[in-house]
Amino acid sequence: MSQTDFLYLMPLLILTFAVLISMLVIAAWRNHKIIYVITALSFIAAFGSLFELRTTTAYVIEPMFVIDGFGVFYIGMILLTSLLVSMLSYAYFEQREERKEEYYLLLVLATLGACVLVISTHFASLFLGLEILSISLYALIPYLRTRPRSDEAGIKYLILAAFSSAFMLFGMALVYYSTGTMVFSGLAQSIAGMQELPLLLLTGIGMMLIGVGFKLGIVPFHMWTPDVYEGAPAPVTAFIATVSKGGVLGLLIRFFMEVDGFRYPVLVTILTIVAIASMFAGNLLALMQKNVKRILAYSSISHLGYILVAFMAGNQMGVEAITFYLVAYFITSVGAFGVVAMLSDKNSDAELLEDYKGLLWRRPWTAAVFSAMLLSLAGIPLTAGFVGKFYIIAAGINDQLWLLVVMLVLNSVIGLYYYIKIIAVMFQQPETEREPIIRLRPSIYVASVGTLAVLALLLVYVGVYPTGLVQLIQNVLVSVPEIVAK
Amino acid sequence: MILVWLIVILMAGGLLAWLSKKINPELPRWVALAAVLLDLILIVYLWISTEATTGSAWLMRYEISWIPQWGVSFSLALDGLSLLMLLLTFFLGLLSVLISWKEIKAKVGFFHFNLLWVLAGIAGVFLTMDLFLFYFFWEVMLIPMYFLIGVWGHENRTYAAFKFFLFTQASGLLMLLAILGLYFIHGSETGNYTFNYFELLNTPLAPDAARLLMFGFLAAFLVKLPVVPFHSWLPDAHSQAPTAGSVILAGLLLKTGAYGLLRFVVPLFPTAAVEFAPWAMLLGVIGIIYGAIVAYSQTDLKRLVAYTSVSHMGFVILGVFAFNEWALQGVVMQMIAHGLSTGALFILAGFLYERLHTRDLARMGGFWSKAPKMGVVALVFVMATLGLPGLGNFIAEFLTLVGSWQAANWLTVFATIGIVLATVYSLRIMQKVFYEPGPRHESFRDLNFREMLIAVPMVLGLLWLGLYPQPIIDMARPSITEQLQAYNMEEPTIAEPKTVVEQPQSEATINTNQLAINQRAFSNLQIIQSPN
Repeated sequence: MSQTDFLYLMPLLILTFAVLISMLVIAAWRNHKIIYVITALSFIAAFGSLFELRTTTAYVIEPMFVIDGFGVFYIGMILLTSLLVSMLSYAYFEQREERKEEYYLLLVLATLGACVLVISTHFASLFLGLEILSISLYALIPYLRTRPRSDEAGIKYLILAAFSSAFMLFGMALVYYSTGTMVFSGLAQSIAGMQELPLLLLTGIGMMLIGVGFKLGIVPFHMWTPDVYEGAPAPVTAFIATVSKGGVLGLLIRFFMEVDGFRYPVLVTILTIVAIASMFAGNLLALMQKNVKRILAYSSISHLGYILVAFMAGNQMGVEAITFYLVAYFITSVGAFGVVAMLSDKNSDAELLEDYKGLLWRRPWTAAVFSAMLLSLAGIPLTAGFVGKFYIIAAGINDQLWLLVVMLVLNSVIGLYYYIKIIAVMFQQPETEREPIIRLRPSIYVASVGTLAVLALLLVYVGVYPTGLVQLIQNVLVSVPEIVAK
Repeated sequence: MILVWLIVILMAGGLLAWLSKKINPELPRWVALAAVLLDLILIVYLWISTEATTGSAWLMRYEISWIPQWGVSFSLALDGLSLLMLLLTFFLGLLSVLISWKEIKAKVGFFHFNLLWVLAGIAGVFLTMDLFLFYFFWEVMLIPMYFLIGVWGHENRTYAAFKFFLFTQASGLLMLLAILGLYFIHGSETGNYTFNYFELLNTPLAPDAARLLMFGFLAAFLVKLPVVPFHSWLPDAHSQAPTAGSVILAGLLLKTGAYGLLRFVVPLFPTAAVEFAPWAMLLGVIGIIYGAIVAYSQTDLKRLVAYTSVSHMGFVILGVFAFNEWALQGVVMQMIAHGLSTGALFILAGFLYERLHTRDLARMGGFWSKAPKMGVVALVFVMATLGLPGLGNFIAEFLTLVGSWQAANWLTVFATIGIVLATVYSLRIMQKVFYEPGPRHESFRDLNFREMLIAVPMVLGLLWLGLYPQPIIDMARPSITEQLQAYNMEEPTIAEPKTVVEQPQSEATINTNQLAINQRAFSNLQIIQSPN
């Protein structure tokens, strides 16, 4: 590896060192605030180092990584989201007595895994990234281990994730057996001439898709989502919903664009069915829920279905739409789970619909932020979610995917129902008067309130004036020939 | 720039009203009043100052780039039609603030925030000439309206708010699909991807595509209007909303549907619209008669008034799809007159509810002697609803029927039956509430000063529309002829002379000026489109 390679891997190295430093600090002196500051600083430093990498051409580190505009943008997105999650976590864990310091180690490690995923071009780096992410999550999900449902969530995730990793490995082996290469571009070259995929190769790619599909939580691999969302601490849920899924999605886009999987009708059919099934399953199952975290879990299934609609477009506009939607979705999800985290008390998360009854009259600003986040998920104008959904529909229509687009519209209406239901609950007249808010220490309070305020402003800004973000996304995609060529 | 101010004042006023609650709980009312009044003054000023330059269909335009990558611009334009609609919007908006003065006691700040944002959304819909922006404002209207119904409504408010929201949102999304379809078809045909209304106007469309896209637009507008099979959200929403909400729903939100038909469906899809016209007119007639019959059988006063809206909006769709100037003039008149008369009836229902805490007709009666002022005012409103000559609705329905007669004789005959039915249900209101002896109510007071301040302008407005509608007709004519561009080429729409006799004053002018105006509007269109 040359010196420039190190420069280009700087964000990952910073995160790695941050983990080591935090570990040593914990060994020497347990202090929540110090570890938190180290974590936040490392995220900021890693993000700052990205500005050095803004190249118009892709930089390849043979054979594992490629650092291009797409990768840099996704890493940036992941780092900022992790930063916001860690800010929410600080207030959340400060209230709880558990040993909180190791949480940050795992958070940084998981972020590192997601960052590796979005720049990997080789099965080995892919699998390494995926496992770093997964194994950190195994520990993060049941982190508050005295909670009643955290074991269930942790074990469920552990078993299913391990299972899906096995599928993925087997798939990789089959692909390697058929093509003799583990590099994405090599795979693309060897199948470029084929009109039909040989069965063994198709099986291999299919098994890899199972692994990816599990991480994304799309139908039929969505079973874990509601339980894990419910059982995990709210900030971890936010992390799973955003960073974990975003990283895997970045990988999926890169892989499919490189291999040009859209040429094969079998894959297109499978993905179309998966997209439609995810939208319907997510939305219909969410209708019956009484638990806000479960509602958000099911809604995330359907949102991944929406994203797949743009993914099926398989061209530059589709990737732009996905990226834009992800930004909107990250803002919204972190905001929504941030509100959940903020309202949670010592013993349990604020997850039942009843906990939100009359929230608008008790804590008007929190309720306003939560409403804005929910409206964004529903895709109502003035929020980022609207522009994102618009972008996806536009990408779909541009590629004449009428079936998928009509399904998306239909599902938007179904989805509206349960988002509005939560808002309606918040607007109900409370039986009690405004409860005295137990304020934590001001610094902690500022961390979570500030995060939510920033998210709400971003949400509205992107919703009202999306030009800047659209321009940025179009610019970063220029350096990715596989995407622009389409 | 003044067009932007119209919207910005309302939005800023809304935020200010919400925040000002902290200073003084009464302050939001004054802030809201000031914001709407300011807008009303602005639009009246625009009206007066533009009367000198009636030569152009488009009085004003404002355009800045918004999302250049997608060809979206923040494009506002004002013509006679928009101006009339805005006038109605701010007038009813002002009254809505006034009627909420005593009715709304909880969360005053948030209420006025929602009220002003609904108005801002409606004003945006009437002004915007960019389809993306149109959809944007179309949705912006919904959320605050949902809150108005859901938070301050009557006993069954949650259900009504849900229903309203889902119906309008679902249909709106279909319109979004159609907008995007049009955008991509226009883009691939011309290489110019834009949402600009003026450029999309001349998109060459295959008949099938035109039909599908038109149905997308129709879905949104027909649900909003509403036309009979899609009307079921309306009675619930109208009857459960607070008075101000009902006034805005009936007076303004329904009009956005009618406006959309006039502004978008008619000029964008000339051939497809002609194909669909017989069915649309049939739906209109069904709506007129069905609405009237169901209205008659209601026991809830607000539900009754809501169904009269269904009936009256039937005339709108009947007129729009007649594609001639008579009918469209009638439609514009109907939009304004119905806004006033139905708004007035909801206000009346609000007055009664404030005194009796019921909307049940069976528990009303005998108020003529107890509250003579209210009785007289109500009589005017009811007479306007049933289409008595001398009041606005008569002109509207008459013009519509004259126009639609030329397009579809038999349907017009059935539509006319609707007017008879209107008499029946309207007189029933009068009979039940004011004449029949009813249960005793000890303290039933007459209208006070504030209530008179609300009711009298409505009475005057209705009388003015009925006695001297010429300014409205003059104002609307250039835009109407422009909407009908595509149709005028095929068939001349000079009316038969025999109809002139019945309404010498207003109709004669239409007839004589028609040719000259057609030419003038046509040249205007060219002027406007050439810079693009």
